[in-house]
Amino acid sequence: MVLKAFFPTCCTLADSGLLVGRWIPEQSSAVVLAVVHFPFIPIQVKELLAQVQQASRVGLAVLGTWCHHQQEPEESLGHFLEGLGAIFSHEPWLQLCRERGRKFWSCKATHQQGPGVPGVPSKDRVMLIFYDQRKVLLSHLHPPTVLPDCQFGEVTASTEGLAAIFDTVSRSEVLFCKDQFDEGPVRLSHWQSEGVEASILVELAKQASGPVCLLVAYLLSLVSAASACRKANMLVSMLLDVALGLTLLSWLHSSNRIGHLADALIPMADHVAEELQHLLQWLMGAPAGLKMNRALDQVLGRFFLYHIHLWISYIHLMSPFIERILWHVGLSACLGLTVALSILSDILALLTFHIYCFYVYGARLYCLKICGLSSLWRLFRGKKWNVLRQRVDSCSYDLDQLFIGTLLFTILVFLLPTTALYYLVFTLLRLLVVTVQGLIHLLVDLINSLPLYSLGLRLCRPYRLAAGVKFRVLEHEAGRPLRLMMQINPLPYSRVVHTYRMASCGCHPKHSWGSLCRKLFFGELIYPWKQRGDKQD
Amino acid sequence: MEDERSFSDICGGRLALQRRYYSPFCREFCVSCPRLSLRSLTAVTCTVWLAAYGLFTLCENSMILSAAIFITLLGLLGYLHFVKIDQETLLIIDSLGIQMTSSYASGKENTTFIEMGKVKDIVINEAIYMQKVIYYLCILLKDPLEPHKISQVVPVFQSAKPRLDCLIEVYKSCQEVLTHQKATSTNP
Repeated sequence: MVLKAFFPTCCTLADSGLLVGRWIPEQSSAVVLAVVHFPFIPIQVKELLAQVQQASRVGLAVLGTWCHHQQEPEESLGHFLEGLGAIFSHEPWLQLCRERGRKFWSCKATHQQGPGVPGVPSKDRVMLIFYDQRKVLLSHLHPPTVLPDCQFGEVTASTEGLAAIFDTVSRSEVLFCKDQFDEGPVRLSHWQSEGVEASILVELAKQASGPVCLLVAYLLSLVSAASACRKANMLVSMLLDVALGLTLLSWLHSSNRIGHLADALIPMADHVAEELQHLLQWLMGAPAGLKMNRALDQVLGRFFLYHIHLWISYIHLMSPFIERILWHVGLSACLGLTVALSILSDILALLTFHIYCFYVYGARLYCLKICGLSSLWRLFRGKKWNVLRQRVDSCSYDLDQLFIGTLLFTILVFLLPTTALYYLVFTLLRLLVVTVQGLIHLLVDLINSLPLYSLGLRLCRPYRLAAGVKFRVLEHEAGRPLRLMMQINPLPYSRVVHTYRMASCGCHPKHSWGSLCRKLFFGELIYPWKQRGDKQD
Repeated sequence: MEDERSFSDICGGRLALQRRYYSPFCREFCVSCPRLSLRSLTAVTCTVWLAAYGLFTLCENSMILSAAIFITLLGLLGYLHFVKIDQETLLIIDSLGIQMTSSYASGKENTTFIEMGKVKDIVINEAIYMQKVIYYLCILLKDPLEPHKISQVVPVFQSAKPRLDCLIEVYKSCQEVLTHQKATSTNP
């Protein structure tokens, strides 16, 4: 296998020294994490590595030497570097070399115990892969499929493919605490030495934000035990919700909008009631050219008209209090836009209560009629519904039973068009109201479950959410090792929404389209607010 | 080492295959699709504008004309950014993986990288589509739980759709790298 050396881009300008990192034998890759500069005492380097290994549970070791020189290296430096291989023995021993200002590198990987003559080191082909250490440290790799054993907490670093590289870098944070500018026995070079913030204000803000972030994290941990990203999503969604609600509140209370709304509400309710009356008058006549049964038509029509008359009286009774009620309801918008939308949906349900009542009356009548028709139709064919066995059995009826049954069947059949028409009209109105309510609920659901923090992170810091990596081949010269640049491939927006979407309140309807049509046909009442798993009526 | 040859795709359009051999274990194949033709662009624009002018004479509303211009511009931008693929690249690196890149006409690049541990093999598959028999190159992926089963088939050069002669070239090169990788790999 080709030996892959993952080298951080921040160390390409570092001075000569030792390479420190992790060797993954299964993939034949060496992940270089830092460069230890001269002068150093080998015992102290080994101590530091043991310390970091204990804290991070990543198997760190000295992987080889790094040589960054002006011109051709002196002989003594070459011998010195080879001598280091004897002190820090590692299989294989990497020797990376670069001339200042030149683009092309030279790499050697030697094995001490080769298959050939013992003592003569054997060489391997080496491939250099540069990676941005800070981005790989901060990013979170999203695997394409969730494996079943991912649920357990990994104690040691993984060895599977690219996840191993990301794991190694993120677990070795302890190593990056000290760099070459700090006082200490060992001088390291890694991404921290690339340059800290140049502005004192940014540094102070970072120091101050530490305790604030801790406090917010603690508060969120009280709410739920989800991961940091989900907590941030919840917080941002809630904040946006409250902000939108306050905007709505300020808009409502400016220039007396509530008063205008209250003044417009009563005439609107009156208008709706008038339209319903016109509709009933139309049904009582000859709607769409159909001929109705006059007596039943008049009875049903007058019943519904009286109902509307009662409703209008109640509305007029409530009219002096409407403005006060609306003002207080408008205040609830400061809790969030979702609260205001839910209250709007409830107000709509209250104002269209008469439509709901009409639907229930029409549906019950129609349902009774359909039940009667089906039972009498069975009588026609000489069959009966066996309640005990829940099936249709044959039955011999007496002559007078058959006679009365046939009469009733005829009456019901001839009255069917009238009842069916009333049922159809009121069901359509009810479905319209339910659709509007459903749309409001969808909007509330969207505001609640959209992961805004993750989307913002994907927009501003795309390397934080990684779907994978991509490689770019850098300038190549024959005889030199191949150099590749590894960059992070960010997660597409659709996957961000899919992965981080918060649980919606589960307002998916219980029925499929087929069962809905069946219920409508048989006149069974539809309850749109019943969820899956609720107890059956 | 770099060389370029021209082939044709399944509809008869001209394709260019560029091969780059960076090293014995790293190879790149780049298939360039035919460019957006001026003829089809002019035809579509004229159709849309004629239709808008026809509607304008019916409705006497000048908003229709500005809407038509707007729609044409947006449609062209959307087509260039989301639909028209200029180049498709396959980069195969021994013991690292296979990377497929699609570059769109607007400059956007879509990259997918598959690790070598997941790759079972690269094959040329035959598909019968209506009255045509199409050959396409695809990468077979291993199932992580059962290494002898194939979990997924990933087709390569889906927009360019080169013919069999082009695919054979790419297939031969990839097989050289894969056999070498299997011979020297530590995992079974």
